[in-house]
Amino acid sequence: MNHLLIAPVVLPAIVAPFTIMVLRHHLSLQRIFSLASTLALLAITLVLAAQAANGTVQVYELGNWPAPFGIVLVLDQLSAMMLLLTSVLALAVVLYAIGSGWDNRGRHFHALLQFQLMGILGAFLTGDAFNLFVFFEVLLIASYGLMIHGGGTKRLQAGVQYVVYNLLGSSLFLFALGTIYSVTGTLNMADLAVRVSELSPDDTALLRVGAIMLLLVFAIKAAVLPLHFWLPASYANAPLPVAALFAIMTKVGAYGILRMYTLVFGPEVAATAGLVGDWLLPAALLTLAIGAIGVLGAREIGRLVAFGAIASMGTLLVAIALFTPQATAAALYYTVHSTLAAGLLFLVADLVMERRGGDIIAQRPMAQTGLIASLFFVGAIAMAGMPPLSGFVGKLLVMDAARGHDLVWWIWAVILVGSLITIIGFARAGTEIFWKSHDASHIREPEPEVPVDDAQAQPEALAPSAPTLPFVACFGLLAGLVLLTVFAGPMMDYTNATAAQLFDPDIYIDAVLKRAEQ
Amino acid sequence: MEILFASAVGILTAAGIYLILRKRTFPVILGLSLLTYGVNLFLFATGRLMVNAPPVLNKYAEVAYTDPLPQALVLTAIVISFGMTAVVVMIALGAYLSAKDDKIDMIEDAERAGDDA
Repeated sequence: MNHLLIAPVVLPAIVAPFTIMVLRHHLSLQRIFSLASTLALLAITLVLAAQAANGTVQVYELGNWPAPFGIVLVLDQLSAMMLLLTSVLALAVVLYAIGSGWDNRGRHFHALLQFQLMGILGAFLTGDAFNLFVFFEVLLIASYGLMIHGGGTKRLQAGVQYVVYNLLGSSLFLFALGTIYSVTGTLNMADLAVRVSELSPDDTALLRVGAIMLLLVFAIKAAVLPLHFWLPASYANAPLPVAALFAIMTKVGAYGILRMYTLVFGPEVAATAGLVGDWLLPAALLTLAIGAIGVLGAREIGRLVAFGAIASMGTLLVAIALFTPQATAAALYYTVHSTLAAGLLFLVADLVMERRGGDIIAQRPMAQTGLIASLFFVGAIAMAGMPPLSGFVGKLLVMDAARGHDLVWWIWAVILVGSLITIIGFARAGTEIFWKSHDASHIREPEPEVPVDDAQAQPEALAPSAPTLPFVACFGLLAGLVLLTVFAGPMMDYTNATAAQLFDPDIYIDAVLKRAEQ
Repeated sequence: MEILFASAVGILTAAGIYLILRKRTFPVILGLSLLTYGVNLFLFATGRLMVNAPPVLNKYAEVAYTDPLPQALVLTAIVISFGMTAVVVMIALGAYLSAKDDKIDMIEDAERAGDDA
C-alpha cells in the first residue's frame, strides 16, 4: 500500500489541532504552519496526480481491512485532479488571508482552514459512501466556523441559515444512505456498484428512492436550482477569502454526482437508467439562467460573484447531466476553470470590499484602482466565458459535447444567452465600481450610516500602503487560468482519460475488490 | 413492532419538518433535533428489526443475529448530530444577541425600519 495516499487527510488533521492547542496565541507561527502545511499538501497532491496519470487506480485499506468490510481510500484520475485543484486554491486563499490580515479578525482561522481542507480532501479520496458523509460533516463543521469568522450581525444571521440548511442536507444524506443500505446491504462504493447491477429489475423501487434522495443531497451542495437558496446569502456574507475557498465546496457536490452516478448508478444500470440525467439537465439549465439573471440584478459585489458561481455551476452540471464521456471530459475541464475563476473573483471582490465597501454604486476612486480593475476585468472575462481565457474553451467544449443531444437547441440557447447576460451584469458592475468613480458627476457619496461592517471597523486595512501578498494570490490564480488556457490540449487529454476511466467502472471495482487476483 | 417503529420515525420526521419551517430559530433547532432523532431510528431499522439477537456471529451454532453495521452507523450519526446541534445553538445564540432578534430570515434594514414604525 502506498501510504502517501492518506497523507492529504492526515497532515491537516495533525496540523489543525496542533495549531489550536500549541500555537493559539502565536499568529505568526500559525501562519507559518498553515502555509507550510498547505505547501506540503500541494506537493503531495502533485505527486499523487503524477502517480494517477498513468490510469492505475490505487487503493488504501484503512487498518488493512479488505474492501467491503473496511473503509478504503481510492485514488483515481478524478480524485487526483480534484485533490490538486483543492490544494492550489487553498494555497491562494492562505496567502490572501495572511496578506490581507483576515486571519487576525477572529480566532482559529488557520485551524478551521486546515480542518476544512481535511474534509474536502477526504471527501475526494474516500471509496465508502458513509465515510463520504463523515468527511462532508468534517468540511461542513469547519465551514460553519469559517463562515462566521470575524463576526458581525449579518454574517451571524446568514450563518444560521447556512448551518440549518446544511443540517437538513445532512439528515437527508443519512436517509438516502439508510435506504440504499437497506436494499443492498453495503456502503462500499465498488461493492454497491456490483450489488446494484445484480439487483432484479422488479425490486428497485426503494433503490430508486435512495438514488434520488442522494442526488438531492449532492444538488444541495452543488447549489442546483431549486436548492440553491443557501448560496448567495452565505457566500456574500461570509468573509470573501473564505467564500473563495467555498468555491471548491460546490464542486464537492458535483464530484459526488459524477462519482455515484457513473460508478454505482451508472447510465447502463437498468434499475436507475435515465433517472438522473432527465431530472438534472433541466435543473442545471434553470440554475444557469437564474445565476445569470442574479448577476445582472446584484447590488453588492459579493452577491454578484456568488451568482456568477451559481451560473458556472449550472454550466458544469449541464455537462455532467449529459452523462457521455465527451461531456464529462468537458465538465472536468470546466470544473478546474470555474473553481479558479470563482476563487479569483471572490478575492478581487474582497479587495474592492476592503477599500470602499461592497455596494455597486459609483464612489471616489480607491487605492490601486487600476490594478484591481484589471484583475476584475480579467476575472469577469473568465467567468462569463469570453475569449481568450479558459472559460471560453470550457463553454465551447460543453456546447460541442451537447451536439448530439435531443435538447441541444435548449442547451445552446441557455448557455449563450446566459453568457451574454453574465457579461452585461459584470460590465455594469465594473463600470459602476471602477469607471464612474473617475467622473465626479456620477459620484454618490455613501450614506453616512452605512451598516457597520468589519471593513469599516478596521481602518488600518484601508491604509494606502496595501500589502502585496493579496495580489500575489490573485495573480497566482490568474496564472492558473492562463496556464489552463495555454495547455488546454494536454489538459483535455487528461480529462478525456479521466472520463474514459469513469465510464469503465470495472477498473475501479476490480482495484477496490481485488477481483483480478481472485 | 414494525408499525410502531415506522410511525415513530414518520411522526418524528413530520414534526421535525413542520418545526423547521417556522420562522424563529428556537423551533427550527428543535425541529432539526427531532429530524435527527427520526433519521437515527430510521438508520437503526435499515438492518431489519430483531428482538433478543446479539450483533455477533456465532461460528459454533446457528443462532439468530442482528446486523451490527447500522448500529455503528447510528453511533456515528448520533455523535455528529449532537455536535452539529451544539454548533447551531451557539451560532443562533450569537445571532440573536447581536441582532436582538431571532427571526431566521434576513430582513433588509429598510424593511426592518418600516416594521418598527
